[in-house]
Amino acid sequence: MIGAVAIGLAAGIVAGLLGVGGGVLFVPGLVLFMGLDQHQAEATSLLAIVPVAIVGTYRQDRYGNVRRADALLLGLLSLAGAAAGVALANALSGAFLRDAFAVLIMLVAAQLVRRALRTGDRRDPRTGNGAKKA
Amino acid sequence: MQVAAEPSRGRSVRLMAIGTLAGIFSGLFGVGGGSVIVPLLMLWLGYDERAATATSLAAIVFIAGFAAAVQGLYGNVHLLDAALVGVPAVFGVLIGTWLQQRLQARSIALLFAAVLAASAVELVIR
Repeated sequence: MIGAVAIGLAAGIVAGLLGVGGGVLFVPGLVLFMGLDQHQAEATSLLAIVPVAIVGTYRQDRYGNVRRADALLLGLLSLAGAAAGVALANALSGAFLRDAFAVLIMLVAAQLVRRALRTGDRRDPRTGNGAKKA
Repeated sequence: MQVAAEPSRGRSVRLMAIGTLAGIFSGLFGVGGGSVIVPLLMLWLGYDERAATATSLAAIVFIAGFAAAVQGLYGNVHLLDAALVGVPAVFGVLIGTWLQQRLQARSIALLFAAVLAASAVELVIR
């Protein structure tokens, strides 16, 4: 139980700091520390993302950053894809899915390194605020 | 130069393509899908980074919520774990946002990248 809370807190802090979604940490955290299998970890991660995204949306909406009509359309148009993705995940073996996920987070890591090494870029990754190039 | 807010059919088609791709990605990997949505909103619809990130978050509420419900039909969702992880994560985001104003984000990004890489290795060799 303490493990789950620690995973959530740590993933949230990283999400707030770097603008990387919590899912990339929820899934490995749930597998490595909570003993869920890959399918269970992905499913549980999806649900855990919801409160984070709701609070994030609320805060961003207050700044007027959310384009509501597009967000709604995007959300509704994604539902068929989401169902297909879940069905696909459940059709694949846990071992294959886990390896594919490992590749995914390696790519995210590489992207973070590339972004971090871009000198002088200290923008807020969520709001885009802060010193840009000039 | 492209006009970002042109209310054309092409625009709806692009939103639909982004939504479908993000949905598949999210459902397949158990993540929100922001890493698909944000760059595509910027590339295809002329969003700036701030609007793209914010709009992506709002769409993720639908995507992750629906994908979680479908996963629930497969019996894969652990409700208690989801709450134990998700609720503290909300506070974590607030802490992370606060810290961001006070820390050099670059070294943290590199550290986090190392954690991700280690997790990837651990997942595969386990």
